[in-house]
Amino acid sequence: MASPIHDEMRGSDGNVLPHYQSYAAWLDSIPPERLVQKRNEAEAMFHRLGITFAVYGEEAGAERLIPFDIIPRIIPADHWHTLERGLAQRVQALNLFLHDVYHDQKILKAGVIPSQKVLANAQYRAIMQGVDVPGGIYAHISGVDIVCTGPGEFHVLEDNLRVPSGVSYMLENRKMMMRLFPELFSRQQVAPVEHYPDVLLETLRGVAPHGIDDPVVALLTPGSYNSAYFEHTFLAQQMGIELVEGQDMFVRDDTVFMRTTRGPKRVDVIYRRIDDDFIDPKAFRPDSILGVPGLMQAYKAGRVTLANAVGTGVADDKSMYIHVPEMVRFYLDEEPILKNVPTWQLSKKDDLHYVLEHLHELVVKEVHGSGGYGMLVGPASTMTQRAEFRERIIAHPEKYIAQPTLALSTCPTFVEAGIAPRHVDLRPFVLSGKTTRIVPGGLTRVALKEGSLVVNSSQGGGTKDTWVLEA
Amino acid sequence: MLSRSANDLLWMSRQVERAENTARMLDVTYRLSMLPYRIMESGEKWAEPWAVPLVTSGLATGYYKANTELTAEKVIRYMVLDATNPFSIYSSLQAARENARGQRGALTSEMWESLNRTWLEMRNIDYGNITARGVSNFFDWVKNRSHLFRGVTFGTMLRDEAYSFIRLGTFIERADNTARILDVKYHTLLPSIGDVGGAVDYYQWGSLLRSVGAFESYRKIFRDQITPSRVAELLILRDDVPRSLHSSMNDLYEILQSLSDSDRHEPERLAGEIHAQLHYGRTEQIFKLGLHEYLMQFLDKIEALNTEINRHYLTLDYT
Repeated sequence: MASPIHDEMRGSDGNVLPHYQSYAAWLDSIPPERLVQKRNEAEAMFHRLGITFAVYGEEAGAERLIPFDIIPRIIPADHWHTLERGLAQRVQALNLFLHDVYHDQKILKAGVIPSQKVLANAQYRAIMQGVDVPGGIYAHISGVDIVCTGPGEFHVLEDNLRVPSGVSYMLENRKMMMRLFPELFSRQQVAPVEHYPDVLLETLRGVAPHGIDDPVVALLTPGSYNSAYFEHTFLAQQMGIELVEGQDMFVRDDTVFMRTTRGPKRVDVIYRRIDDDFIDPKAFRPDSILGVPGLMQAYKAGRVTLANAVGTGVADDKSMYIHVPEMVRFYLDEEPILKNVPTWQLSKKDDLHYVLEHLHELVVKEVHGSGGYGMLVGPASTMTQRAEFRERIIAHPEKYIAQPTLALSTCPTFVEAGIAPRHVDLRPFVLSGKTTRIVPGGLTRVALKEGSLVVNSSQGGGTKDTWVLEA
Repeated sequence: MLSRSANDLLWMSRQVERAENTARMLDVTYRLSMLPYRIMESGEKWAEPWAVPLVTSGLATGYYKANTELTAEKVIRYMVLDATNPFSIYSSLQAARENARGQRGALTSEMWESLNRTWLEMRNIDYGNITARGVSNFFDWVKNRSHLFRGVTFGTMLRDEAYSFIRLGTFIERADNTARILDVKYHTLLPSIGDVGGAVDYYQWGSLLRSVGAFESYRKIFRDQITPSRVAELLILRDDVPRSLHSSMNDLYEILQSLSDSDRHEPERLAGEIHAQLHYGRTEQIFKLGLHEYLMQFLDKIEALNTEINRHYLTLDYT
């Protein structure tokens, strides 16, 4: 795609756009030394607060800060409203799809999506067939990755319906900005995000098993070596619920209990931050020590709610991504508000042929990959890397998809050389329970290297505070 | 609350208390090691002061596995900085911070920040820093970080169950530590009660009092010469001295009463029994039995209490 790169502050022609004007005027009045000082202050503060993430592959327990950029990303009210409606629509369709897949499979019978693709998917959980979950909601917490290519032109990059993370950074980044630059928040009406934990708790309590009036909710973590452990502790604390590990719970008579200093205590809703595979050694991987033996039995008996439900991976898999617009049409009889990024499926012969010819200009991703591992960014790759990927693709074409290198929007970012544009994406969080709620904002990730399109924190990306302006 | 959380919190405060006690012990040793030999009178034995903290903490074996000679520098390196020694100040603060990290949800943010900062600073300290800033200044820093943490806990934390388990950790460690310090002093440095009254004896008992911060209290209460039986009275039987066994048991008994219910009352009963022996005990009885024997019995009882607390509140298995 040869379209010019859209900068969210200066458009493509260099003039500051209306929703950035107030901030740009302030920024012009600030001496660079003050920004350096504020950045250092932020870094010291994040260290002191221990807002870190564990890095896989480094020495056990190694912790790193995700770089925080002190220049906010600003989204005008009208753009947000479109985004909000589009996200709600998309996640609603995905939940209907999941319910359908695990019940009547109407969409497969209608031939809209090939049955084989769903039922043979590694993320399809046969154990969930015919199981009813409260309210028919499967993905209670969804993180939908969005990229922007022009003013108000949003595309969905991927849906995360298993255990999406990052929301703690959305909250901590806002807290940090308010601490560093309180004056900015009186200049502009920025929509608050601080109530996210309350909305999350309400969502979780709303999907408790039938007949439970005052449900006990717990957050299940794999433990302190997990990369998102900070977030688990943070959310549990903010919601005032117990942070449990598998060993803290046991199942008796299809009921889940926590081991407490006052004896066993029943748990009704588990916000689990562990993948399906590890959640119950009796049902899935027998070698898992992270889960709770017998949990699936209690779940199927309707005695406990898991959020997200087991088996949501079948809907957020990259091979299923291309079908989401069809799901919206099929279940809601509406046109999708949010566009997908055009995607080549390498299991298709024609697509494979095209992609192998154009590796240098495409992004190739593993269907089951995540976190920016195992992907090839064509324009930034070397001949050797492309040759290597070509072999891998030819060996297992079904494991890959390819997308054009989008002209991702940039945002002004404070880097070593000063303020410069860097590419960004956005992960808003959609909460589905009795109602659908989206806190205005999300996690903006920024590729700190000049020209880079990879925003993942594991690959040197940073984060920004995301401001949705109130109209 | 979760049993695992209670266990982590108890160990968090235990490790902070342990780091403080180790610093106290080493600080006094350091001061003692600077005393000139000429104050000794003929016939007095002068145990090598740097052996004392090793013996008190039960670490002499571990130390001699890694070292052949006894020097101030080596003992400080081993007991302050050595990451392979689970009882070093470094390891204690690291463990305290790890326990806290797992239980951030139960702590106030100020508690976490205080402990995290202590650890981040400790991580950057090496032997060069300690000598450059002054050995005693370093030990003061450890004590101050512990004071700060306890103060922040006292000043900000909700008086809930988590608070009770945090306090349990502090007082179990403190009772254990005071008993050990008393015992080692008695046996390592003064073989018989008859060796009382010399200059060395004065400094040694004085330093023991200082190591538990009770020197001024002794002066206020007795306004007289330092004698073993008075030190024992002060650090075992008096309940107005904050690091005495009686005082620690007051707190432990009170906390366990508050945690007691119809299914879990054995820890309270046992703490009450230990407390009663201190509350109604007399110095003469202690010396009649022998201070060492008395203290060994006390340590056994604390261990039994520990086991009961574990069984009733902290273990993960229900029967």
